[in-house]
Amino acid sequence: MRNIDLVIIGGGPAGMSAAVSAYNSGIKDILILDREPRLGGILQQCIHNGFGLHRFKEELTGPEYSWKYEQMVNELKIPVMLGTMVLDVTEDKIITAMNEENGVFQIQAKAVVMAMGCRERSRGALNIAGMRPAGIYTAGAAQKFVNIKGYLPGKKVVILGSGDIGLIMARRMTLEGAKVITVCELMPYSGGLTRNIVQCLNDFDIPLKLSHTVVKIHGKERVEGVTIAKVDKSLKPIMETAEYIECDTLLLSCGLIPENELSKGASITLDRVTGGAVVDQRRETDKKGIFACGNVLHVHDLVDYVSEEAEIAGKGAAEYIQNDGFNKNCDIKMTLGDCVRYTVPQHITSNENDVKIYFRVSDVHKDVTVEAKDGDEVIFSRKKQRVAPGEMESILIKSDVLKNIKSGAITVGVKLNG
Amino acid sequence: MYDVVIIGAGVVGGFIARELSRYKLNICLLEKENDVAMGASRANSGIVHAGFDALTGTKKAEFNVLGAKIMKRVTDELGVKYKNNGSLVVAYSEEELPTLQKLYERGVANGVENLQIIDKAKLLELEPNLTDSAVAALYAPTAGIVCPYELTIAAVGNAMDNGAELKLDFDVKSIRRNGDFYEISSENETVECKYLVNAAGVHSDNIAALIGDTSFNVTARKGEYLLLDKEFGTMASHTIFRCPTSMGKGILVSPTVDGNLILGPTSVNIDDKDNNETTPEGLSEIMSKTLAVMPKAPLRSVITSFCGVRAVPSTGDFIIEKAADGFVNCAGIESPGLSSAPAIAPYVVELLKGMGLSLEENESFNPIRKPAHLFREMSMEDKNKVIAENPKYGKVVCRCETVTEGEIVEAIHTNPKATSVDAIKRRTRSGMGRCQGGFCAPTVVEILARELDIPFEAVTKSGGNSIINYGRIK
Ligand SMILES: Cc1cc2nc3c(=O)[nH]c(=O)nc-3n(C[C@H](O)[C@H](O)[C@H](O)COP(=O)(O)OP(=O)(O)OC[C@H]3O[C@@H](n4cnc5c(N)ncnc54)[C@H](O)[C@@H]3O)c2cc1C
Repeated sequence: MRNIDLVIIGGGPAGMSAAVSAYNSGIKDILILDREPRLGGILQQCIHNGFGLHRFKEELTGPEYSWKYEQMVNELKIPVMLGTMVLDVTEDKIITAMNEENGVFQIQAKAVVMAMGCRERSRGALNIAGMRPAGIYTAGAAQKFVNIKGYLPGKKVVILGSGDIGLIMARRMTLEGAKVITVCELMPYSGGLTRNIVQCLNDFDIPLKLSHTVVKIHGKERVEGVTIAKVDKSLKPIMETAEYIECDTLLLSCGLIPENELSKGASITLDRVTGGAVVDQRRETDKKGIFACGNVLHVHDLVDYVSEEAEIAGKGAAEYIQNDGFNKNCDIKMTLGDCVRYTVPQHITSNENDVKIYFRVSDVHKDVTVEAKDGDEVIFSRKKQRVAPGEMESILIKSDVLKNIKSGAITVGVKLNG
Repeated sequence: MYDVVIIGAGVVGGFIARELSRYKLNICLLEKENDVAMGASRANSGIVHAGFDALTGTKKAEFNVLGAKIMKRVTDELGVKYKNNGSLVVAYSEEELPTLQKLYERGVANGVENLQIIDKAKLLELEPNLTDSAVAALYAPTAGIVCPYELTIAAVGNAMDNGAELKLDFDVKSIRRNGDFYEISSENETVECKYLVNAAGVHSDNIAALIGDTSFNVTARKGEYLLLDKEFGTMASHTIFRCPTSMGKGILVSPTVDGNLILGPTSVNIDDKDNNETTPEGLSEIMSKTLAVMPKAPLRSVITSFCGVRAVPSTGDFIIEKAADGFVNCAGIESPGLSSAPAIAPYVVELLKGMGLSLEENESFNPIRKPAHLFREMSMEDKNKVIAENPKYGKVVCRCETVTEGEIVEAIHTNPKATSVDAIKRRTRSGMGRCQGGFCAPTVVEILARELDIPFEAVTKSGGNSIINYGRIK
């Protein structure tokens, strides 16, 4: 069995940033493993632009953003094994992987960064009734057909879900000559970024039907149509509003699920809401020396935030290896206040540094105050014009505030003004 | 000219073909779909019933008990997974206890071994996730589970390895008696045979009618299912039925051999015999009935739903008999048809023998088929030997089920050969996992195109017009 200081599982933007950050923090014995034949993860198929505005102050496509990190990885000569599937990770940081060249092999790592990304919710998980013809794809699979393989998976398209990949694919399929008839969104608001709704739907006159869902799929061999219906407040279809739409393709963009099968194998505790690991401010999971970052930890809307988070994880992993563990001087729990679905990190184990808390709200609200409280005492407060579930929020808690937490917990909530 | 033609490549037709391939005979299976196991044998509960359900003295009872007894041996030969997990019929009130007793007595009369009625304490010990309102159960340790399409594919494959032929996309439209033989035609092809077996499942009455036999009919009754993520495959370890009441049969909760949890089926008669669509009502019925018996069932973790169609015979029993000279019906094989198929086959061969078919032993007959999932069960050392010889086994295509390119290529070149994405899925489990092919489908399409030497856009999901792509982008 080989010994390696730091093994990074996943070579997408999260894995690459974590590697670069760990290297810059002084750890040189690193290995990145990825199952794909190239680095970059899902970014390789995101050929639209809109990446890197925060990080590089310029608008890049997915592959361009990825290339910036690939170059850093190359320059630092960080070893990468591609086409390599990690089959198992243990609590003790033994990694079992497989590829064509080396067969099945094992590595003992001192620290591990989990950066496996996420997958899309499938039809089965959505429980849509009807036939099982060809022509039903997740938006990401359709994206792969078009952008990587160069084939058109549909001509008359209905999209269920207004997640970002669905919106991007509405535009992409239209540009390729397909007719996108409508986008149905179960919720009364879109799950995607506002800029994508404008640039991908409005600019192409594609209607977005909020509070609508697909109740049935028709067609024996290939999709021939779908029945859509409005939903009531409890999200149940109102069958009187059912409407048949003729189409040959149904694309699903109904949310992403972090791919935590390996984390489960390592008995890492997961957060029920995020679907990712429960972590502290260093992005360390409850298994010592195993870190998580990127979409495997929680689903991000912007890759810039992924890189930021991965740097924290990479640095944490380097420190862990150098110091043989951490000096944890507190354990402050993050608890959920009004309108907040989750926070990352879920707890804070050191008050030596400022900590940025990321969170998502559960509904769209205008004119609000974001608040963090220690018991009844407000320790952070900021007004915002608008918050939406599709856009991640963050607040910074200063180190001196952390040092004075009395209740042992910080509650993040959103207060509606007016 | 074939000696025997079998119409229908379901589990029944498949086992009959395999049984016949023990002899020096020209055998052909005709199947209207683009793959084998596309009827009831594709979508059912996968339960090897113990045999207490059917009325004593019926063919159902006889073949079920016998089939269950030989299932272990047969699945070993065919390299198919089988688990003897035992079944429980659970009573949820005192009023249901007499029914349990009746089932127990019937089972004993049918020859089911080791049946016992167990009390609540024992029951909850066996199945701790069951609702507390359970009172007792009939425990059948001889029951088991198999994957129905895996079993069918293996039976047909083994028959083919031993010389039988398979014609797919052959929808039998007419049968003509011509002197001593039969002419069987689809729209564009005709084959001839001396003996003809009708194993056309839900369509077996239509096939019988083609030779003028209208002595029975077959009603289509659909059954919908939900399949849960492997993470919850251990929520139940036995197959759990609900004691039948005046309110109906209830649904079952069972692990599958592949480690998922299966819930279903519903039971609704339908007119269109090929209508295997799931319905919102059906899926919600399964959910509510599951929660009634297993309150903690993780219904959030559904990975797919599907629907099978039962072939319910008007006679109430399997119809396995000579219907005309050289013609045998094997019709209306509803549940427990999967459990019974390995026992039905030798009986049909005996019938044919009685009708004059001469059986000369085929010395080269090999009952053993290499398991489809051999690679994933290997030790690390053995895997490395295989990968060193063929690196494609080191390349994972389906990440949810860890299926390698080597296994996919093998499925394309092993009898009965896979020619579509769904056919690959049924043979290798690629795309069967939690992402349901979201990631691997494009790669599987690519491998199929390469191995079959056809254009990318000619690859289908399941044959016919089920195209996946409309050609190159602009
Ligand atoms: C919902 C459900 C649950 C069940 N659960 C169980 C269980 O748990 N345990 C158990 O033992 N049994 C179970 N069964 C029963 C079992 O599935 C069937 O008894 C068995 O699969 C029947 O096999 P078959 O070969 O007769 O029919 P099928 O599998 O339907 O095969 C018939 C084949 O004939 C072909 N065919 C039809 N017409 C033509 C034509 N004109 N030309 C050419 N080909 C034709 C069809 O395409 C099909 O492939 C269940 C059935 C259902 C539907």
